[in-house]
Amino acid sequence: MNAIVTVVGQDRVGIIAAVCTKLAGYHVNILDISQTILQGSFTMVMAVDVGAASAPFGELQSALAALGEEMGLSIRIQREEIFNAMHTI
Amino acid sequence: MLNQKDILSTIEMIDQQHLDIRTITMGISLLSCCDPDPVRACEKIYEKITRSAERLVRTGEDIEREFGIPIVNKRISVTPMALVAGASETEDYVPFALALDRAAKTCGVNFIGGYSALVQKGMTKADEKLIRSIPEALDRTELVCSSVNVGSTKAGINMDAVALMGRIIKATADATADRDGLGCAKLVVFCNAVEDNPFMAGAFHGVGEAERVINVGVSGPGVVHHALQAVKGQPFDVVAETVKKTAFRVTRMGQLVAQEASRRLDTPFGIVDLSLAPTPAIGDSVARILEEMGLETCGTHGTTAALALLNDAVKKGGVMASSSVGGLSGAFIPVSEDEGMIAAARAGTLCLDKLEAMTCVCSVGLDMIAVPGDTPAETISAIIADEAAIGMVNCKTTAVRLLPAPGKTVGDTIEMGGLLGSAPVMPVHPESSADFIARGGRIPAPMHSLKN
Repeated sequence: MNAIVTVVGQDRVGIIAAVCTKLAGYHVNILDISQTILQGSFTMVMAVDVGAASAPFGELQSALAALGEEMGLSIRIQREEIFNAMHTI
Repeated sequence: MLNQKDILSTIEMIDQQHLDIRTITMGISLLSCCDPDPVRACEKIYEKITRSAERLVRTGEDIEREFGIPIVNKRISVTPMALVAGASETEDYVPFALALDRAAKTCGVNFIGGYSALVQKGMTKADEKLIRSIPEALDRTELVCSSVNVGSTKAGINMDAVALMGRIIKATADATADRDGLGCAKLVVFCNAVEDNPFMAGAFHGVGEAERVINVGVSGPGVVHHALQAVKGQPFDVVAETVKKTAFRVTRMGQLVAQEASRRLDTPFGIVDLSLAPTPAIGDSVARILEEMGLETCGTHGTTAALALLNDAVKKGGVMASSSVGGLSGAFIPVSEDEGMIAAARAGTLCLDKLEAMTCVCSVGLDMIAVPGDTPAETISAIIADEAAIGMVNCKTTAVRLLPAPGKTVGDTIEMGGLLGSAPVMPVHPESSADFIARGGRIPAPMHSLKN
């Protein structure tokens, strides 16, 4: 099952490293990363495969949100279907 | 492959433009709960609802978390209770409402609809007993919603029922006077009521429906408003196209959630209701969309035309995004639940007569409108009759949910809190309609009801 991780907030050293380490810890495979600075904000979108994740989706979500809080960022993970439904026919 | 812009735009819609799924409503048939013994019938009702909807709230929350989209309400609708209670040998129907309330609380839903009677052509004894019990039922329950269908394009308007409902609305306001007449916020009078409406207070599970069904109501006035801000000053063709595209996206999300809920709850998917349902939050208002089209204040000249365009474009955009569209499907204009409507009513620009005109071109009708506490029952009945006539002649659903505010008058405000919002008391015409309502009988169905 694929999901989308989005990270938005103030740029700083080590964001990608921290998020990737957290994901690796849960055995989540990263399929694609795109990152940019949008209107001064660090913005990263990752496509990930959570099929082999070592924890349920809810737990992974809480862990990422907690990491976000620690780093002053908004980090969320959502199932990919919602974006497909809204933006593709 | 999804692009970053699309992903971020979805997140912005959810975070900043109040995009949400307004409700997942499980419809449950209670026809199998009929029993001559009312106590036994209530037990069966409680048992069936709690068994059928046991996982509804939890499943809704799971979907909410995994997809990252808020699902504001989880609700239940049931078979019109007059049809179920009619089998029991009792004069007192309030215990049926109490059973619904208990079941709703056990399931954790925030409303249960279906304390209802369908009397468009005539009233059975059960219908009348149910209607007369509404004030006490709504006073003694918290989560039960009630609706009465008094007219249809096929049957005409049952003016005896219209007269009775004026008195029932007043009695409900009096019974709940300590809560600003809150009971009336849970009572809707319909013409051409639909059987698969997921929205409260008018939801019930029609007799033509399956044993259980999942219906979903989407929302998104904030998203439409935001999209229209990007096409300022452009012709209406552009406005309509923009609304359609936005409605398509919003509905696709509703369809996804509906299918997911249906699969997880092992319950057939019924419909997606394509309604623009506002909330009292800033940035989630239908009135502000109309103003974005170029009106200084909602309610001024041009408002009906703006709403007609909006209502039509929402349907056209949404209909291709869902495999099954139903319910009310259109723009809602509940005054107390819409920040822009509240402001327009306070300013005196939006009046009852203009709202009535607006109901000719949108879904539903005069909704969540506070009127003075001393408004005569006959005047309320006459307002219902006008609204039912609009529905009957135009083959559409119309409804009246008026809030006579006990002890209050024009200039006062009633506060209901939460999604129900607050409502400035609006003036009604002081001239009497009493002799008109006293006639009773039935207004015949219009010529175009004879389609066969």
